[in-house]
Amino acid sequence: MKKGLIPLGIFVVLLIFLAIGLTRDPHEIPSPLIGKPAPEFTAPVLGKPGETLSKKDMLGQVWLLNTWASWCVACRQEHPLLVEFVKTNPLVIVGLDYKDKEADGLRWLARYGNPYTHTIVDSDARIGIDFGVYGVPESFLIDKAGIIRYKQIGPFTEEALRDKLVPLIKELQS
Amino acid sequence: MIPELGHFALILAMLVAAVFGTLSLAGGQQGKAEWIALARPGAQVLWLLVGFSFVCLAYSFYSNDFSVLYVVQHSNSQLPDIYRIAAVWGGHEGSLLLWLLMLCTWMMAVSLFSSQLPDAMVSRVLGVLALIAVGFLMFMLFTSSPFERLVEIPVDGRDLNPLLQDPGLVFHPPMLYMGYVGMSIPFAFSIAALLNGRLDAAWARWTRPWATAAWICLTIGIAMGSWWAYYELGWGGWWFWDPVENASFLPWLVGTALMHSLAVTEKRGLFRSWTIMLSLIAFSLSLLGTFLVRSGVLTSVHAFATDPKRGVFILLFLAVVVGSSLILFAARQGKVRSGGSFALVSRETFLLVNNVLLTTAAAAVLLGTLYPLIIDALNLGKLSVGPPYFNAVFAPIMTPVLFFMVVGSYARWKNDTVADLTKKLRPIAIVSVLLGCTAPLLAGEWSALVAMGLTLAIWIVLASAVQIYRQLKDTVNWKSTPVSYWGMHAAHIGIAICVVGITMVKGYETEKDVRMTFGDTVEVGGYTFRLTGIEEVPGPNYKADRGSVELIKGDRVLRVLHPEKRTYFSSTMPMTEAAIDTRFTRDVYVSLGEKLEGEGKPAWAMRVYHKPFIAWIWVGCLFMAFGGALAALDKRYRKKAAAKVSATDMKGATA
Repeated sequence: MKKGLIPLGIFVVLLIFLAIGLTRDPHEIPSPLIGKPAPEFTAPVLGKPGETLSKKDMLGQVWLLNTWASWCVACRQEHPLLVEFVKTNPLVIVGLDYKDKEADGLRWLARYGNPYTHTIVDSDARIGIDFGVYGVPESFLIDKAGIIRYKQIGPFTEEALRDKLVPLIKELQS
Repeated sequence: MIPELGHFALILAMLVAAVFGTLSLAGGQQGKAEWIALARPGAQVLWLLVGFSFVCLAYSFYSNDFSVLYVVQHSNSQLPDIYRIAAVWGGHEGSLLLWLLMLCTWMMAVSLFSSQLPDAMVSRVLGVLALIAVGFLMFMLFTSSPFERLVEIPVDGRDLNPLLQDPGLVFHPPMLYMGYVGMSIPFAFSIAALLNGRLDAAWARWTRPWATAAWICLTIGIAMGSWWAYYELGWGGWWFWDPVENASFLPWLVGTALMHSLAVTEKRGLFRSWTIMLSLIAFSLSLLGTFLVRSGVLTSVHAFATDPKRGVFILLFLAVVVGSSLILFAARQGKVRSGGSFALVSRETFLLVNNVLLTTAAAAVLLGTLYPLIIDALNLGKLSVGPPYFNAVFAPIMTPVLFFMVVGSYARWKNDTVADLTKKLRPIAIVSVLLGCTAPLLAGEWSALVAMGLTLAIWIVLASAVQIYRQLKDTVNWKSTPVSYWGMHAAHIGIAICVVGITMVKGYETEKDVRMTFGDTVEVGGYTFRLTGIEEVPGPNYKADRGSVELIKGDRVLRVLHPEKRTYFSSTMPMTEAAIDTRFTRDVYVSLGEKLEGEGKPAWAMRVYHKPFIAWIWVGCLFMAFGGALAALDKRYRKKAAAKVSATDMKGATA
């Protein structure tokens, strides 16, 4: 009898997780980095051998760091939104190709469009770790002084772009 | 009128299923003959009602009845007839109706092909299935009726998702659902046996052909889905470890273990707990898959509209069905004692090892699939688990499975010796290692992974070939060999063919993304591709840019390929139709990308792939399904229960 209860126990645990999963709004988890300076980085630029980009280059403008990867399913959902977004909003987006092969990343951009001003390569996840990235996609809005102002966990939705990002960018740019 | 009739048929079906399900389950338990007698006709009436409802919905689609919300959402007057019918299962509500129809069809099959079973058993089995049908009928009627009407009737429908407008969609979902839902049959047999307390060889023998039949449908369904993704999505990929793919793959892995476990239970009366547990898990995973796909708790490329109310309902249903069956299992555990014993080196051991490995593989895939959800539930954020995880975990688990598969089919039941097995298998092992390690040299660059994959494939094929040869030569009358014996070898060889395909594609596929103008050539995999033109071609509900690409080997034009980029009138998303040239040892695959802005001449993004042996993946699956069919059709399953067939009568029969 006792041994027979083990599967039931496992199933109950699974059920609890599934139930929590149902109630979960997968957005809005605060990051300890908000309000703090963005971590320093210097990284090779995707598709431009020899070139690098570092945090210093980005100072003086409001920009978005968007992590993605060619293997990430959720990124495929987010990507067209960003491609559309930059058509109408003048925002500098830096893509961070996370734990990915350069060739795969390039192919992915060729396939789905490229909304990024620059894309930097983070194949060993060093930059991702500094930013506290634990899943892709994640995005950080960084102000002129290099301070992180907003973090989006998971893919952007149209609402998040419209209601959160756009007003914040306006505020920071003025 | 027609949609109301369909809706009414569903309500009637729910009442019929509830009444006859309860009565035939109770009747089977208490031995009431008049209640037991309800089971078979009940199942048949249920099938008629659900079938009628399905026809009503199909007719609404066919006749472009845009007063029905579901038709508006998934069809369009310009949609070709065949896709209008396939659109019935193009969305959530219709998929559920198809699910239900499949369940009723399996019940119908049980009611027709169960004359060799005791009536009380059939009654319990159909009772369990009817109660499952009640759950799904309630789900449909309360949260997802496909027959909802609109007050304001739109002029035209929103059209079927262009991705789904493909012959693949016509057959892939019904096949897959047939397999998914088919796992409910071994589940119901197990529940019936647990209720009865009789878990003997007869029970295993009754269950086996049904489990195999469901597994066949699942195999074909998964293969078709993979093939569809390959030619329709235009990425040249054939498996993405997407949550929805995993949802179909999990019951397949467990179902494979179940078939083999049933074999041991039938032949030797062992592993009864295992068999019961696997049959419960296989169906639970089918239900879990339904939950994952339909509730939208996971992000998937199979993006469906999600609705939390539906999620709650399926979760409750899952809790009731799986929870009650596991409680029953726990309560009856004491009775599920396996008789007999076996030595450490025996066929039983190897089958057990492989069952454990297959279950572990399923657990690893399940963990990867649910990991984003678990992390989210623990407030740790949202993330995506991709192919790097699955490939890293899955291959090492499956490698020993392929090895032990052969050892198991060579080992004797009950007791064997290492010395004997080594003697039989050593030559095969040596030859397959030699061939497997030299073959990659012929194909191109040598790599350890390719060598290992090919070695294992050759190992399986050689082992089967030797056994088949011996069976033909050494058996006095080889024609008396049970069909299932040939089935086993066909399926095992199928696995080997599939392994060759996967190994060669992974090892040697090449691809290029290029910008091309007319007259440009690109070389991939020893072939030259020349873009000769692009013209606009009208389709029934889309217009397409159709490329002409010459496939050239040396200086000979083999054929002209026509990849298309389609723009459907109803959707802004352009679709790619890849052009594929399939040969025995390779596919070449051309897909047309975006038109590129540029100076002067029009240029196009093109993707060209060379995929060695990729078709072997699906051919292998067909072999597996064929082998399964042979095994399920073995005539011993059709013998009356009274005609005692003891294990020893079936000399030479194997798992």
